[in-house]
Amino acid sequence: MASDMAQTSFPWLSLAIFTPIVFGILVLAVGRVSNPTVARVLALIGAIAGLLVTLPLYTGFDATTAQMQFVEKATWIAEYGVSYSLGVDGISLWFVLLTAFITIIVVLAGWEVITSRVAQYMGAFLILSGLMIGVFAALDGLLFYVFFEATLIPMYIIIGVWGGPNRVYAAFKFFLYTLLGSLLTLVAFIYLWHSAGGTFDILAWHKLPLGQTEQILIFLAFLMAFAVKVPMWPVHTWLPDAHVEAPTGGSVVLAAIMLKLGAYGFLRLSLPIVPDAAHSLSGMMIGLSLIAVIYIGLVALVQDDMKKLVAYSSVAHMGFVTLGFFIFNKAGVEGAIVQMISHGFVSGAMFFCIGVLYDRVHSRRIADYGGVVNTMPKFATFFVLFSMANSGLPATSGFVGEFFVIMGSVEYNFWIGLLAATALILGAAYSLWMVKRVVFGDITHQHVRELTDVNAREFLILGVMAIAVLYMGVYPAPFTDVMHVSVDALLKHVAISKL
Amino acid sequence: MEFANLNLSLVAPEITLLVLTSAILLIDLFVKDEGRALTHILSLLTLVVLTWMSLSDLASGVQGTAFDGMYVADSLAHVLKVFSYIAVGVALIYGKGYAKDRGMLRGGELYVLSLLALLGQMVMISAGNMLTIYLGLELMSLSFYALVALRREHTVSTEAAMKYFVLGALASGLLLYGMSMIYGATGTLNLAGIARATSGATDNHMILVFGLVFLVAGLAFKLGVVPFHMWVPDVYQGAPTAVTLLLGGAPKLAAFAIVLRLLVDGLFGLAADWQPMLAIMAVLSLAIGNLAAIMQSNIKRMLAYSTISHMGFVLLGLMSGVVEGSAFNAQNAYTSAMFYVVVYVLTTLSSFGVLMLLSRSGFECENVDDLKGLNRRNPWFAGVMLVQMFSLAGIPPTVGFYAKLAVLQSLIQTNHVALAVVAVLFSLIGAFYYLRVVKVVYFDDPVDQAPLQGSAGFRTVLSVNGVLLLVLGVFPAPLVALCAQAISSSLAL
Repeated sequence: MASDMAQTSFPWLSLAIFTPIVFGILVLAVGRVSNPTVARVLALIGAIAGLLVTLPLYTGFDATTAQMQFVEKATWIAEYGVSYSLGVDGISLWFVLLTAFITIIVVLAGWEVITSRVAQYMGAFLILSGLMIGVFAALDGLLFYVFFEATLIPMYIIIGVWGGPNRVYAAFKFFLYTLLGSLLTLVAFIYLWHSAGGTFDILAWHKLPLGQTEQILIFLAFLMAFAVKVPMWPVHTWLPDAHVEAPTGGSVVLAAIMLKLGAYGFLRLSLPIVPDAAHSLSGMMIGLSLIAVIYIGLVALVQDDMKKLVAYSSVAHMGFVTLGFFIFNKAGVEGAIVQMISHGFVSGAMFFCIGVLYDRVHSRRIADYGGVVNTMPKFATFFVLFSMANSGLPATSGFVGEFFVIMGSVEYNFWIGLLAATALILGAAYSLWMVKRVVFGDITHQHVRELTDVNAREFLILGVMAIAVLYMGVYPAPFTDVMHVSVDALLKHVAISKL
Repeated sequence: MEFANLNLSLVAPEITLLVLTSAILLIDLFVKDEGRALTHILSLLTLVVLTWMSLSDLASGVQGTAFDGMYVADSLAHVLKVFSYIAVGVALIYGKGYAKDRGMLRGGELYVLSLLALLGQMVMISAGNMLTIYLGLELMSLSFYALVALRREHTVSTEAAMKYFVLGALASGLLLYGMSMIYGATGTLNLAGIARATSGATDNHMILVFGLVFLVAGLAFKLGVVPFHMWVPDVYQGAPTAVTLLLGGAPKLAAFAIVLRLLVDGLFGLAADWQPMLAIMAVLSLAIGNLAAIMQSNIKRMLAYSTISHMGFVLLGLMSGVVEGSAFNAQNAYTSAMFYVVVYVLTTLSSFGVLMLLSRSGFECENVDDLKGLNRRNPWFAGVMLVQMFSLAGIPPTVGFYAKLAVLQSLIQTNHVALAVVAVLFSLIGAFYYLRVVKVVYFDDPVDQAPLQGSAGFRTVLSVNGVLLLVLGVFPAPLVALCAQAISSSLAL
């Protein structure tokens, strides 16, 4: 990791974090039950403004250096050596943009669907968006932790207030599961702070020499938080519950961004801070990842609830991501990052599609559908496209990441590569079988016959997502170019033992 | 005793309070008004005057001892006193409407007794001698026994007062017995003298430790930590909410002060003996407080158990300043404990405030279910409740998180990593019942549709209180620095 960081003159990252938060508070303040449109419009303005202020990050990004860019640093709590320290490199850049982008989708997705307490709904999502960008941009351990934990509050409310019939159970499970992991991480953070002589600076932690036992314990503490968040087998069980009960927007954010917080934690913290532990425990990590890919893939196959099916497929896809991290080669890590971005688009779109059906029929059961293509041809086109992307069809974004990771795994060990490649088969099986049962076939239910095709708002969302998925599948260079140097630097750093 | 050693100017806040309280007592005789508006305003003005006095003392760095070391004035005392004034003032504002509806304002006792209890707390905070501690403690406790019983016709309150009195008297006895042992072994009641007598090796170690056990038991009772916690849930639940609030706020600051003065300023020579006692009580408090809170359906009782667990955290902070019997990172450890207490008091004030906002004539908001659907009835105060609960649970970006962080970092710096892990695991269990309150407020539909009571002043203060928890969560540095400065001045003396 580069030591000195390029200072920037304009605080774009702070703006990226606080624009949505300020708009979120504004929406909460002006929103009235009598006039939900005000809240909707203001939220949309906030979400668009939030995306616009992240664009200079991309245009001004220098892809030739692994240093942190757009750095901001100010003392925050002097007594404990905590600073407000932000910066992005090639690894985190795209997640900032992705978060801002998904926020617009979420605001639009809830536009007329959410009718109760609209202002609170929109406000919660905007605040959540700012907090998640904060996680990706934080370079101070405590700041990272504050953002990481704070995301739980809006999500808890979102699932619990606007969720399905079993929402209370799902909200509690989501909150407590994640909290368990992150509290131990807090202890590890404080331990690192103490060992580093009173600094929470993540980049200083990267260089901190640590003994093997310390490293293993810290790695396991981090693993508790990040594995739950990713989620990895066997701590994934909160995810299907949360997804099934969450409103469409909640599922989209959860799958597209929140799961990435955990994976990002591995890249920014686990690998560079405790590289020796990462190496010595890589066997376990690869094993858990492969179980997620294969076993959870099989579990997805037998689901009769569409949201559950996509939720399990998310776990399987995230297994690919963690697999890519722990084979320690460039193809693996870059493939994993691309997979994360792609999964953000694809899973977001899948959950939105299910939301479109649910809004009309109020059922997520696969058996309640069949022959949707007859009444909703436009929708069916998109649904098939996203399902293809979900199963990793070439020319969609889903292919790029999976292909890289499989390539990397073969390079690492042929048999691991072979096992990972079965994901393509399983992914195709559960995705396409669902498409077959939902979209194609004869119409067997009266409510399917009465379906109306997507309206302009839904078409816009699906269209934008489709362009993103196809563009990334055909021409992934803009996504991968920015990360080459940073990934190289990370791998070089991880290869050097701290012992 | 030389007259010059009296240093009466240092004791000015206490003297002022005593004079003004007596004046209020007299004036109140002529107040005919059922709402005691005049008494209320005069009491608040008294607190404003006191705040101004202590703040100017703090600003000009007034330090010294009065009455030959029986009374100590230092930054620690000034800061804790300011927070006590705030806690009492806020409690009086929150409690006004509540007390009036329940006929507690037929006389002005609520105000006079609260101010006398405050006087007791101030004496405790500034105590430099074991007798001063006892004097302050008894003044505070006797006022509170009467306050808890203020609703004479209310059986539950009377029962709570009785329990509080009997157990409180027992604890005072224990404390006094411990003090007499220490006196016997050292020949002085003065804390500075005790510190000198116990600093080196002494033949009286056995007697000292014997006394220490009683002392710690008495202190533990006042803090309300396991196994001396039995009174807390009953008294919190039974007392009128306005009094519960008085009881749960400022006295914790005073109790913290006497623990610090007795154990650290006086008996640091016995640190190796009291450290494990505090650690065991802390872990037990975390365990029993959090586990018992889960089962409560009465929110006042739930908050009582939550208090027990929070006091466990305070003890963890206090005990972490000692490594193998000598001071290590002491400044940091006591700062963390003090920060924790202050944050706890600020949070508690607002949570009982919401309960009183929801109560009205003939209806007592005291079950968790009474909060159902608050978000639909009043989104703003639902938001305040949300912030409080997450602050108590220690979730960022609320100030409660930094309080936990402070204690945890202090534990880890002194190699108590295992204790830190235990503490976070119990806070996870604790998170469950705070989340349950948020669930009731946000996820459930309201059963009670009555509009919220509360004067504009009450609502404003409560809102400021709630927002403060969030603002301090984003900018905790000034409060941490204030606590650090207070502790360093106290340790330097």
